[in-house]
Amino acid sequence: MADIKKEHELIVSVSPHIKSEETTSLIMWTVNFSLLPALLMGAYFFGPKAILAVALAIISAMLSEYIYQKALNKKITINDGSSFLTGLLLGMNLPASVPFYIPIIGSFVAVIITKQLFGGLGYNVFNPALIGRAFLLISFPKLMTIWTEPTAAFLAFDAKTTATPLGILKEEGLGKLIAVFGDKINLYAELLKGHRAGSIGETSAIALLIGAGFLLYKRYITWHIPLSFLGTAALIAWVFGGKNPETGSMVWFAGDPVIHLISGGMILGAFFMATDYVTCPSIRKGQILFGIGCGFLTMLIRLKGGYPEGVMFAILIMNCFAPLIDRGFQSKVFGAAKPAKEIKK
Amino acid sequence: MTLATFKGGIHPPDKKELAANKSIAAAAAPQRVVIPLSQHIGAPCKPVVTIGQEVKKGEVIGEPGGFVSAPVHSSVSGKVIAMGEFPNAMGKMVTSIVIENDGKEEWVSLKDNPDYIKLSPDELKEKIKAAGIVGMGGAAFPTLVKLSPPKEKPIDTVIINGAECEPYLTADYRLMVEKPREIIEGLKILMKVLGVSKGFVGIENNKPDAVAKMKEAAKNEPNIEVCALEVKYPQGAEKMLIKAMTGREVPPRALPMDVRVVVQNVGTALAVYEAARYGKPLIERIVTVTGEGINNPANLTVKIGTLISDIIEQCGGLKESAGKVVSGGPMMGFAIASLDVPVTKGTSGILVLDKEGIMHAEDFGPCIRCGRCSDVCAMGLMPSMLSILAEKGRYEEAKGYNLFDCFECGSCAFVCPSKRPIVQLVRLAKSQTKP
Repeated sequence: MADIKKEHELIVSVSPHIKSEETTSLIMWTVNFSLLPALLMGAYFFGPKAILAVALAIISAMLSEYIYQKALNKKITINDGSSFLTGLLLGMNLPASVPFYIPIIGSFVAVIITKQLFGGLGYNVFNPALIGRAFLLISFPKLMTIWTEPTAAFLAFDAKTTATPLGILKEEGLGKLIAVFGDKINLYAELLKGHRAGSIGETSAIALLIGAGFLLYKRYITWHIPLSFLGTAALIAWVFGGKNPETGSMVWFAGDPVIHLISGGMILGAFFMATDYVTCPSIRKGQILFGIGCGFLTMLIRLKGGYPEGVMFAILIMNCFAPLIDRGFQSKVFGAAKPAKEIKK
Repeated sequence: MTLATFKGGIHPPDKKELAANKSIAAAAAPQRVVIPLSQHIGAPCKPVVTIGQEVKKGEVIGEPGGFVSAPVHSSVSGKVIAMGEFPNAMGKMVTSIVIENDGKEEWVSLKDNPDYIKLSPDELKEKIKAAGIVGMGGAAFPTLVKLSPPKEKPIDTVIINGAECEPYLTADYRLMVEKPREIIEGLKILMKVLGVSKGFVGIENNKPDAVAKMKEAAKNEPNIEVCALEVKYPQGAEKMLIKAMTGREVPPRALPMDVRVVVQNVGTALAVYEAARYGKPLIERIVTVTGEGINNPANLTVKIGTLISDIIEQCGGLKESAGKVVSGGPMMGFAIASLDVPVTKGTSGILVLDKEGIMHAEDFGPCIRCGRCSDVCAMGLMPSMLSILAEKGRYEEAKGYNLFDCFECGSCAFVCPSKRPIVQLVRLAKSQTKP
């Protein structure tokens, strides 16, 4: 046999022999990066306390993951950006006024209980950050609903507390909400900018949309969930959201969908939380149903439920259905017989 | 203009520039050739020579071992010096005949028959059969079998596959640029054999000069249409190509003939032409030698049975950075463990990849259910679920996700951000359960 003299250790593995450059950690860190504008706006409006809360959430999320994996002798994966993202999202979903132990407890619940105990990245049923927040909201209902005024004065340590726009809308009606902000145009403008009470990272719709646009452009998320989520919510807000200011009874087709879309956690939820790969369906058609479910449940809670905001519970409830939706929407195998009604055409 | 294509697919970097401009050149004649008796899908051949026997170039050394089989010929003139089990590119031991080349290039007698097109379909089929032609795109399915559909499955279209959607490979491209006329003649022969009046040539649009040359060659053939296809892997997969060219979908587990189509590779069309006209058996083929790890990329006419090590030496040898040698393309080719394996009828390329960038099997992460694999799957499957079920040993359940409809194109594994070895897991599941 011909002999090749050069010493070459040949690597043998199964095809394909080339792979795309995208990696899980690249995706995770890109999502983290895309949240930066909204985080900066949160820091601007709510000051150092906000930064501290988010930092604590991130550090304790990563530390929780590290300790768990170390203790169970597993591969340490804190560099993949996923626990950072969980911490970041949890932090951004907290009011700026929370005491230091709140983000720590929330991250622990998110990373250890919701993610690691279910098998780690890829195996969790629920969005970790949202379970963390739900746990906090139920366990510390008071602390989790103290909203400080967005001062935009960086060192204003004792900002006044106030209600969120959705809280005002729920308790006192649209008229009062407009009165608080002066007029409707100003209300929209302030909501878009994020100059309103709310969770640290949810307020600035514009900053969030910049990040979301970047993710859509990179194709790290697709339009399916956000569009169906927001579209359904807007439709329901318009049809059922109107109220007679005198009697408080419902007026058909008189709601203001814009206020609903750009207040609360709607934008943050639709673009960054409902689209979490692990906990949403992976089949695109199924994602549309998932988004519709999220939008419907959010508005059901906002209009009829006890909480002023429903994004968190809506996404968590739909998370349960994700595997089922995937199963139901499994796409047609290439060449498989088309359903009977299509053949008739 | 939107180009014909299919749903799904990926856009890997095509890297064809490494070898695309290298004209086809003859590889140096090897001192000896190792010719496996099983180079095709189907029954292995039975040897018809003995050790010590003198053979001529083109002489039959293995007779087909069944209907789905193809004879094997000597690619050199010389003496049979050994017969036994030798490894092939897939690492399997196969019975092979070793012939020492006497360098005389003495052919068995070949006869030029310029009136080949007047032969009857059966006479043409006889020539194709005798020449031992198999599909040269990689799968190496005996061509005669494809040309002998059962009576109840009439054929109305022949498609020549010039997609060459595998990155790096340029063998088909060079053939289309250098021998367009012969390929069209091959197509006409195939059409005559099958009694069909519609012929297509499908070429990915990243080869505009091949499209132009083929169109030029077919300009007087009203029944032959040359089409540019969208550049997308796996455009050259039979089912995807048929869908793009005719709009017909081959049902799951069915064959192209079930939608009245026969697909042949451009290299096969050329071999058919040479067999019909000259009676020339399939003893050599075009092989693209390419990749970042080889010193001088080339497109070579290589005698069947030439060892890959000989070819690599001729192309300047491996670079220091070389880490993997693949027989075929980067998406579906086989990584070889030893360079001392022969080029066979199905070897479309020898690809040398750099060490850097090669993923190691243990470096994969959990599925994060991002859905990219389902988006790109040309067969409409859920590769994520197949890989998760296979990983957990739940092979029977994987069948519920249409395991056996996967043809292992590797698009899913290419896009997977967790770098999961999805094709490997699918093969594992397939091997552990029955369709």
